[in-house]
Amino acid sequence: MAYKNYILVCGGTGCESSKSDELFKALHQQAEAQGVKNDVQIVKTGCFGFCEKGPIVKVLPQESFYVEVKPEDAKEIVAEQVVKGREVKRLLYRKGEKADSNVKIEDIEFYQKQFRVVLRNCGVINPENIDEYIAREGYTGLERALFKMKPDDIVNELKVSGLRGRGGAGFPTWLKWDLTKKAPGDVKYVVCNADEGDPGAYMNRSTIEGDPHSLIEAMIICGYTIGARQGYIYIRAEYPLAIERLKIAIRQAKEYGLLGTNILGSGFDFDLEIRLGAGAFVCGEETALLRSLEGNRGMPVPKPPFPAISGLWKKPTVINNVETYVNISVIMSKGAQWYAKIGTEKSRGTKTFALTGKIQNSGLVEVPMGTTLREIIFDIGGGIRGGKKFKGVQTGGPSGGIITAESLDQPISYESLTALGSMMGSGGMIIMDEDDCVVDIAKFYMAFCVDESCGKCAPCRIGTNQMHAILDKISKGQGTEDDLAKLEKIGKAMTKASLCMLGGSAANPTLSTLRHFREEYLEHIRDHKCRAGKCKDLVVYEIDAAKCIGCGLCARKCPVPCIAGEKKQPHVIDQARCIKCGECYKACKFGAVIKK
Amino acid sequence: MLSELERTAIRAAVERLGDRRAAAAETLAMLQRERGWVSDEALAEAAMVLGMPREELETVATAFELVFRRRVGRHVIMACDSVSCWIKGADSIVALIKERLGIGFGETSADGEFTLLPAGCLGLCEQAPAMTLDGLPYGRLDAKTLDEIFARIGEDKHGDSAH
Ligand SMILES: Cc1cc2nc3c(=O)[nH]c(=O)nc-3n(C[C@H](O)[C@H](O)[C@H](O)COP(=O)(O)O)c2cc1C
Repeated sequence: MAYKNYILVCGGTGCESSKSDELFKALHQQAEAQGVKNDVQIVKTGCFGFCEKGPIVKVLPQESFYVEVKPEDAKEIVAEQVVKGREVKRLLYRKGEKADSNVKIEDIEFYQKQFRVVLRNCGVINPENIDEYIAREGYTGLERALFKMKPDDIVNELKVSGLRGRGGAGFPTWLKWDLTKKAPGDVKYVVCNADEGDPGAYMNRSTIEGDPHSLIEAMIICGYTIGARQGYIYIRAEYPLAIERLKIAIRQAKEYGLLGTNILGSGFDFDLEIRLGAGAFVCGEETALLRSLEGNRGMPVPKPPFPAISGLWKKPTVINNVETYVNISVIMSKGAQWYAKIGTEKSRGTKTFALTGKIQNSGLVEVPMGTTLREIIFDIGGGIRGGKKFKGVQTGGPSGGIITAESLDQPISYESLTALGSMMGSGGMIIMDEDDCVVDIAKFYMAFCVDESCGKCAPCRIGTNQMHAILDKISKGQGTEDDLAKLEKIGKAMTKASLCMLGGSAANPTLSTLRHFREEYLEHIRDHKCRAGKCKDLVVYEIDAAKCIGCGLCARKCPVPCIAGEKKQPHVIDQARCIKCGECYKACKFGAVIKK
Repeated sequence: MLSELERTAIRAAVERLGDRRAAAAETLAMLQRERGWVSDEALAEAAMVLGMPREELETVATAFELVFRRRVGRHVIMACDSVSCWIKGADSIVALIKERLGIGFGETSADGEFTLLPAGCLGLCEQAPAMTLDGLPYGRLDAKTLDEIFARIGEDKHGDSAH
């Protein structure tokens, strides 16, 4: 029996935090209560990407795209759409101001410039049902690998595809597999890096939540290619939903004979285990991750030897990022020729990015390599919130750098981002506006690196602390011009001498902001001024008694609270307790709160 | 003392992974789940079952943000203080939480109800500023949503005592 309607509810962590789970249950209850249980199938999918407007609901076959849906809306959706076949206009995504236009997914600017390869199934299938994955060419790549190709053919297929690692460094994937395949030894391992400790990044989380089989399929193919029988997915414990979906997917794959002994009758055996990550940034570094898998504290060790030769328990090991694997499932089912047509000469395929910060549409996007930053931030991301001015975008997280307005038209690729003094990284893009201070940002990232440094090597352990102390001084208006030279010197030493890339790239945010915004550093030093008003020691909020009408809004918004005053009388800020969050400044409708 | 259930769980993890030491993370996660935190005694006993020095298990435990080595309150709030949240004003959210609970980071309220901890990126960046409460994600926090969240905990507590 066919269903009249399919209701797809976003079941990503982001939407779950805004009650999509309650909405899902409410839809079920309503379908039952209104007697249409057999007419509609309600499915929880992975992330639609348009997190800004979540929870998202899509209803088929009309393709109605509903945004910011609440549990209370369930009744109307069922009553109108399932019972009467009419769209619920008030919930439809509105393009501009036109209230009645019925906008389909392909009309929404957010999706127009995207090209979904990695995220092809996210928001489309039920990630807890293997049949839906299979119905969309799932596991055909594995079938092709096992029955039509030799391991060398697969390596060659990857070579033709041009795929490079998506975990940050962009190492050619075929080469890594080839080295591991050729390394001597009977026991080898396949490892997936799903640690994603990079702040501002959640692409891997969403990908697993939305399409776990895509990862599993590629790991089996890897096992077959390099001659491994065991794989491990190292995933941070902070991702409970992704872990749950992986567990279900692994169980289903076993039931279908896709994991375990004699896979699909091919004679090849392969098994997968989920291992919990510590949620420490350094554990994402591959050698630290492998130590952690062995039951040790995750600390990096010098390379070489590379994991391809001596990895987990000193056996040859392939370790790839989640997104790298998911690309492989597509390459294997659609063919390397198809894949190699996407992207640029040296950076093929697509890349997912997590847009966060001061952007209009925060969310998860995927674009072909070669798309410009302007297209990503302004066309897809909708530009800066609240009509503010774009200041810069941080790519590559704490290892990357800031990219400024003059480079917005650069097509993105591994090479171009490195040339801009940043790096591709795993795909976090943090967008900053004129209200963000570069000294404050550099200090923030450095504090992160101080926290996350494992302490094993001196350049990183000491260097991050020293740079942080200097940045702190500057942010308090106590820096000297000498300090800028010191930052550059220590930064260079750390870059050269650190054991792993945590220390090796920790100076990047500082060095890149120094390069682009030296003036602002100098303002802090010479004029004791922070133009963005973010450095707390350099800013004072005061209330102009002449303008204050005593509405009390600022006092209500103040989190401390440190604003007092009688009704209809001018209010006063207690400077000793003020945390300089700026909430009062933002709240005042009369311009009575002044920032000095 | 480890319960029989806990010992069995550790042995099962060891068997599944084919290596005693490799089960360290799973063991700690299990103890944390069962007990809400991992005491010195529990850690020492677990180390014995895993056949590793307790100092080494300790170094694994302290690398985990989610393994608590001190007793925590009935509810644990982990407030994200990483970049995407911070840019979206996590500072004032944290100040609000601290004000409401009367505690700072790393502290437990006097009535033993709440522990407040900072978290490196929770991966909830699209919902910034965000936190978890007893492991569940909450995003787009502001004074109003915080009020709702705390009101709901209050209700649950009421419900509990009515049983
Ligand atoms: C400090 C640090 C943290 C890292 N964190 C991650 C991570 O969370 N996820 C990831 O895939 N790679 C991370 N990497 C990169 C890995 O070391 C490794 O290059 C990657 O897993 C290789 O996979 P790929 O070839 O598929 O990119 C990190 C590297 C460093 C230095």
